[in-house]
Amino acid sequence: MKPPPFDYLRPKTLEGALEALAQNAEEAKVLAGGQSLVPALNMRLLRPALLVDINRLPGLNEVVGDGAMRVGATVRQADPRLLAHPLLAEALPHVGHFVTRNRGTVCGSIAHSDAAAELPLALVTAGGSVVAISRSKTREIPAGDFFLGPYTTALEPGEIIVETIWPLPREDETYAFEELAQRAGDYALAMASVRVHDDELRVVVGSVVERPIVLEVDPEHPGESAAAQIEPWGSIHASPTYLKQLVRVLVDRAVARARGRAVA
Amino acid sequence: MIDISLTVNGRRYAETVEPRLLLSDFLRGRLGLTGTHVGCEHGVCGACTVRLDGVAVRSCLLLAAQVDGTEIVTVEGLAHDGALTPLQEAFHRHHALQCGFCTPGILLAASDLLSHDQPPTREAIVDMLSGQLCRCTGYTPIVDAIAEVAGA
Repeated sequence: MKPPPFDYLRPKTLEGALEALAQNAEEAKVLAGGQSLVPALNMRLLRPALLVDINRLPGLNEVVGDGAMRVGATVRQADPRLLAHPLLAEALPHVGHFVTRNRGTVCGSIAHSDAAAELPLALVTAGGSVVAISRSKTREIPAGDFFLGPYTTALEPGEIIVETIWPLPREDETYAFEELAQRAGDYALAMASVRVHDDELRVVVGSVVERPIVLEVDPEHPGESAAAQIEPWGSIHASPTYLKQLVRVLVDRAVARARGRAVA
Repeated sequence: MIDISLTVNGRRYAETVEPRLLLSDFLRGRLGLTGTHVGCEHGVCGACTVRLDGVAVRSCLLLAAQVDGTEIVTVEGLAHDGALTPLQEAFHRHHALQCGFCTPGILLAASDLLSHDQPPTREAIVDMLSGQLCRCTGYTPIVDAIAEVAGA
């Protein structure tokens, strides 16, 4: 349970970090909060040649913006500024634990793309995006195109996520997030995230699929139609039948809460 | 090798470390501060929790190289001149430990929780403890001890 050897670099500037990544593209990993990366190192699931520590890069600990909240790469999950976004305010308490949220970052969770993670699901629901920078270009990737599968994203070697963009609710737009885990802070067995705006209903489910996906649901029977569209594998903890039932219940609960807020 | 200097429990240290050295192993092996316990070494059990510039963090998920220039408090840094903190006193009074393996991590996590502007509710204390594993099943007195200090 000790990490394999690697080189460690803590650049003073973003340019320095991008340069180091460009020179070691396939061999380097970006270290931000480290709450997923360091366990993977400790268990030797990863053997990068170089860690590029971005924690002290200037300008990345920002939460700014009017119509959308731009969350910098080193903003911790415990940062109270994030609570200004109603979906983040609902989802963040489910992310890891009190102590891991103190260190783990929003952007790092997005980059890690765990199929059972709350923040990728939330970013897709919010219709957000990821801003990635490499030495040669800056690009904004819509959340729907960013998550390709478990631990797999559209991020290219040499790129760093500098911020994620979370559109704030339009007038009369409401959100709700629901998940069921066996214990608080555990990986969710299933989760559902919902956005309601007039007649427009966006339902995204997670944990039971390889990546967060937007489901086209029947507005009259959202839970039932969501459950009909997924084929969860199941595990020792939950059978596929149970997971489908969970999705049905969680989606219905989230839709009811979001609609309730719209009326209020 | 990387040169680091930092403050641990009010004392300055300057050391040279291998990049892969975990903060937990640095504290225990290099500085001899074995009050920081190592359980799972992947961030789940919480036994290794310390405060880094005031913030409770898992020391098994940080590299010693990362804490250059910071200030760290471990369980050895809580009591001053043998006088226990109110939280430690409350743990004593409520019998909030059995084997004691989880206790240092819980004290450091709880001391961060109690340092926020709003005192935590009993519910927030229970939620925090979901990330600090006690295998003696001693949670009830632990919650009671922290709640007493919080006035919850």
